[in-house]
Amino acid sequence: MKPLLSIRKLKKNYQDLDGEVEALGGIDLDVYEGEILSIVGPSGCGKTSLLSILSNLENKSDGNVKFQNETIKIGYMLQKDALFPWRTILENCLLGLEIQHSLTEESKKRVIELLKTYGLSEFMDKYPSSLSGGMRQRVALIRTLAIDPDILFLDEPFSALDYITRIYLSEDVYNIIKKEGKTAILVTHDLAESISLSDRVAVLSKRPAVVKKIYNIEMKNKSTPMENRKTKEFNEYYDKIWRDLDVHL
Amino acid sequence: MSTCSIEHKNFLKKRRNKKILVHVMQFLIIFCFLVLWEIASKTGMINSFLSSSPSRVVRTFLSLLEQNNLWNHVYITVYETLISFFIASLLGFVIATLLWWFKTLAKIFDPYLTVLNSLPKVALGPLIIIWIGANMNSIIFMALMISLFITIINIYSGFQQIDYYYTTLLKTLNASKRQIFVKLVVPGNKNNIINCLKVNISMSLIGVIMGELLVSKEGLGYLIMYGSQVFNINLVITSVVLLGIISYLMYLIVSLIEKKIVKNY
Ligand SMILES: Nc1ncnc2c1ncn2[C@@H]1O[C@H](COP(=O)(O)OP(=O)(O)OP(=O)(O)O)[C@@H](O)[C@H]1O
Ligand SMILES: [Mg+2]
Repeated sequence: MKPLLSIRKLKKNYQDLDGEVEALGGIDLDVYEGEILSIVGPSGCGKTSLLSILSNLENKSDGNVKFQNETIKIGYMLQKDALFPWRTILENCLLGLEIQHSLTEESKKRVIELLKTYGLSEFMDKYPSSLSGGMRQRVALIRTLAIDPDILFLDEPFSALDYITRIYLSEDVYNIIKKEGKTAILVTHDLAESISLSDRVAVLSKRPAVVKKIYNIEMKNKSTPMENRKTKEFNEYYDKIWRDLDVHL
Repeated sequence: MSTCSIEHKNFLKKRRNKKILVHVMQFLIIFCFLVLWEIASKTGMINSFLSSSPSRVVRTFLSLLEQNNLWNHVYITVYETLISFFIASLLGFVIATLLWWFKTLAKIFDPYLTVLNSLPKVALGPLIIIWIGANMNSIIFMALMISLFITIINIYSGFQQIDYYYTTLLKTLNASKRQIFVKLVVPGNKNNIINCLKVNISMSLIGVIMGELLVSKEGLGYLIMYGSQVFNINLVITSVVLLGIISYLMYLIVSLIEKKIVKNY
């Protein structure tokens, strides 16, 4: 199968007055259509940099990034929700469509449907300040989905949330991604999250980052993230990846 | 929300009472001040020739109305203020936009703006008259010198304070620079811009009065100038009081506009 996105020998150096920081030291990675691929790695190893380059926010220093075709649209959900406080929830969700000149009655209806489906229709005309952290993150996801992207980049979408909200929201996000048939790259610090949510997990090394290992997450009774956490395989993967991360305290 | 609980009613009542208290106190302060002033001058505690008194101010006001075409002076001052206010606001916004658009330009001009803003403009008064002539243009120019730079600096610093994260978000959506400006920088700065307008209106008035003191043959600044030359303290104080009222009214108008367009979120 031809990958949706293939990354070869991708390097990134940041230039600074005191010198150069080598962030990515040659990433090789393929992403396939319909999968959720998690990226885990030590703090500061270059995960955000990778997503930034893939979505053209930063220039690469070397290597190759190839999308299956030119028309592939990216939806990037940042770590913070970045909802504009002066826009209502609905207006926030329509931002991408406005920017990309594709706001029509039809696309607007679709966004309203999304808001309804994910329990936010009551809040459509409210301002972000009246939402809880979990709701804000959900709005940010809908804003990302509104432009109907082919591939989603999620940069630690749950890290600002408390544990319980986090578990429930990751369940939601999983369902949303699968139901809408999206491909997703999920960057996370949380190994449990990565194993329970994704089809594959890529482990990055310390800076300058390379892909150290890729795991196909296979479980006999694979179902929703919450159920996956209870399986025997879950613990095995957890141990292996933990060892790969090679964290010394 | 639909059923008004007693707690909510009490809350509203408290809010209203506080508001009334503020208004009553505001009124009392000016009222007591006027009464004390009047009494002090009537009883000779202060020299009423040098410090005037409310009743004298009223008399002067009425006679100015009858004999000296007061409204024309008021009109001229307000007219000059509005012109310089609009020019400074518009130009300030446009220049701040350019500085935001071309960051290098901002870096280059930063020290010049600071110096121009802090330069004591009165010192330039005689020069301005030589360059432009003793007419209304000089007055407006003087007012612009005073209000323009501070407007540029304030608006631009608001533009700069836009969260970097919001910009990143728009970039992930492939927004152009123009879209970032229109969708983020301007709406994100609505409150700041309104505040700049508020500052600008008083700056323009100050500038216009300064200009009138220097060159004019009309306007409240001229009346103040003339009054102090012929030692007519009543005239000076009446004009100053009128100025106070005018600046308050202008402030009210901007506040009304603010209420119209600033939503609370
Ligand atoms: N704009 C930048 N300029 C200079 N250095 C940068 C820049 N962005 C990132 N870096 C450096 O590159 C390295 C990788 O940063 P990056 O944010 O990609 O890491 P990360 O894996 O996302 O970290 P975290 O897990 O903490 O979010 C870090 O050492 C960081 O200091
Ligand atoms: Mg990061």
